[in-house]
Amino acid sequence: MTQLDPAAKRDTDVPEAPAPRANRGFSVDMRLASLFGVLVLLILIGWITSPDNFLTGSNLDTILRLAAPSGVVAVGMTFVIISGGIDLSVGSVVGLASVWMTTLATQAYGPFVMVVCGLAVGLGAGLVNGVLIAYGRMVAFIATLAMYISARGLAEYLSNKQTQVVRDQDFLTFFRGEFLGVPTLVWILAIVVVAGWILLNRTTFGRRTFAVGGNPEATRLAGINVKRHIAMVYGLAGLLAGVTAVMLAARTTAGSSTNGMFYELDAIAAVVIGGTALTGGRGTMVGTLIGVLIFTLITNIFVQNNLPTEVQNIAKGAIIVIAVLLQFRTNRARSTT
Amino acid sequence: MTDLPNSLARRGFLIGGAAVGAGALLTACTSNEPPAAQNNGGGANVAAGQGDNAQPGKMVTIGFSAPAADHGWIAAITKNAKAQADKFKADVTLKPTEGTNDPSQQIAQVETLINQKVDVLVILPMDGKQLTSVGQSAMDKGIPVINLDRIFDTPLAYRTWIGGDNYRMGVNAGNYIAGEMKKKGISNPIIGEIAGIDSLPLTQDRSRGFKDALAKAGFQVGPRQAAEFTVETGERATANLLQAAPKLDALWNHDDDQGIGVMAAISAANRKEFIMVGGAGSRNMIDKIKADTDVIKATVLYSPSMASSAIALARLLGQAKGMGDLAEHEIPASITTYSAVVTKENADRYADVAFDS
Repeated sequence: MTQLDPAAKRDTDVPEAPAPRANRGFSVDMRLASLFGVLVLLILIGWITSPDNFLTGSNLDTILRLAAPSGVVAVGMTFVIISGGIDLSVGSVVGLASVWMTTLATQAYGPFVMVVCGLAVGLGAGLVNGVLIAYGRMVAFIATLAMYISARGLAEYLSNKQTQVVRDQDFLTFFRGEFLGVPTLVWILAIVVVAGWILLNRTTFGRRTFAVGGNPEATRLAGINVKRHIAMVYGLAGLLAGVTAVMLAARTTAGSSTNGMFYELDAIAAVVIGGTALTGGRGTMVGTLIGVLIFTLITNIFVQNNLPTEVQNIAKGAIIVIAVLLQFRTNRARSTT
Repeated sequence: MTDLPNSLARRGFLIGGAAVGAGALLTACTSNEPPAAQNNGGGANVAAGQGDNAQPGKMVTIGFSAPAADHGWIAAITKNAKAQADKFKADVTLKPTEGTNDPSQQIAQVETLINQKVDVLVILPMDGKQLTSVGQSAMDKGIPVINLDRIFDTPLAYRTWIGGDNYRMGVNAGNYIAGEMKKKGISNPIIGEIAGIDSLPLTQDRSRGFKDALAKAGFQVGPRQAAEFTVETGERATANLLQAAPKLDALWNHDDDQGIGVMAAISAANRKEFIMVGGAGSRNMIDKIKADTDVIKATVLYSPSMASSAIALARLLGQAKGMGDLAEHEIPASITTYSAVVTKENADRYADVAFDS
């Protein structure tokens, strides 16, 4: 049991986070508890079906390392969905940023410029989304769908559809390395999730995000610049897509226009599993993190048992339905009592 | 009263300046031109004419159509076709079309080439089934079609088919691994497999060949996962597979494009106890095989040099010549390229067929 100590501690830390609002505390805890139950159940299944290889330190490392990039994207998606929007472009923006930061010209400037470039491209693409939606009055679905198509296209154009291997050793050593026994990528995930939680639950920015998603008109009448806030939310999602691009470039040692493929769908699924309402105005960061971990765990457990990919996808779909139904039930139970 | 607009203007100026600066930095970063010294001749592999065929003959116009180069292999196909046409520029004019992944657009492109009355067509269809009818209509109009790799539904739609051999890729990978296991005296090895997209027939053929070859040696495939021909999926599948198999003796990865991710996962897990074999033959992997510092010891070819051969064949067809060294008067109707195993020993010989993934 000592083997699983570090990672297990990280897992159990999560649900202890206080609920966002005191008056909703109980219900949110119930919802998170049912979600956490699914996570524990999956860990048990993994442990029973693969007793030797599942609960090892290196496997937990692997799971968290694989969860890290999709987790960072999902944090951004949580903000967007709480604000009442949707961002279909994040996966493509990850691809674009990963290509842009690994071109030979960028790599020639060294690791610092590579990282800044990845973040800047992500932020830029996100702000374009935000401006189109907030000031151009485009529907979020359409604006980000356009970005989804064109960002992937631009990534293919820049990379000439070739895989750009990262040659910079400093970049690889830092981002593929460890700090205090925990992989750098997992640190980044932890920092992003904690910062995201604080931003959402302890700052004006977060409160405004809930308000904009709950009732934009009332928010506008309350004197809040709704348009600017929406633009900033998409900018944040883009910036986090840039962070993900950096993480993926480190994990795969390459930038490619195929990086981040389908991340938008995984992120939306994780956010929804996590109990965030697609209609906006309601959601939790902790739920999103558990959603991401559930998805990563499913894949890991299936590979542990040498089962093919198609079965994994069936299970993923089923998990989405089960998790949402579970929450719906707890939600209804609360409103009737 | 004047303070406010002023400070806003200043802020606007600062933000604008920062945006312009960032834009300038970013545009500077889009270039992918390698420094001239590192550019080793474009890396295209071209055929030279043999015997009488080396002499320029009658001018041949070749129409060329392929899918969009969405990964290194298809990019290399187009590059090789152009390089081969350039080599024969004395008597070959190439009319390439813009690559597309939309079959109906590719059909339109081929129809345009037919209307331009090219002498020979070389077609790598996005989808063999959907382009069969346009191939057949070209043949009916008297334009011979060379069908590259993805085969049409009926031989009526092509004059000659040339393509790779997925089944033998698997067989040769299996044979190589079985041989290495026997050499090391491992009687019951754990052999892993990272496949490509599992729903594609080419992946199924590769896996079947691999399984058959291992079975012949009395071995079997252990942990097996499918990736999707991209570095990211290769990394994810391998990272999980390595956790499921704490000890491996050998690993076959179907595709060198996703192989970059596979190697990244292996190095992250710090695993060295097994040998790895790749597939397709990218420059990256062949360089690593030659250096012999990583787990990768071999790769089985599925070489885009077949595009060079297709252009060479199209030229001969247009000039009504046969192939050197064959007794036949005519170009054969079907040519399957061989999936050679590239190892450290012969890596230099195959450096010219390596492609940039």
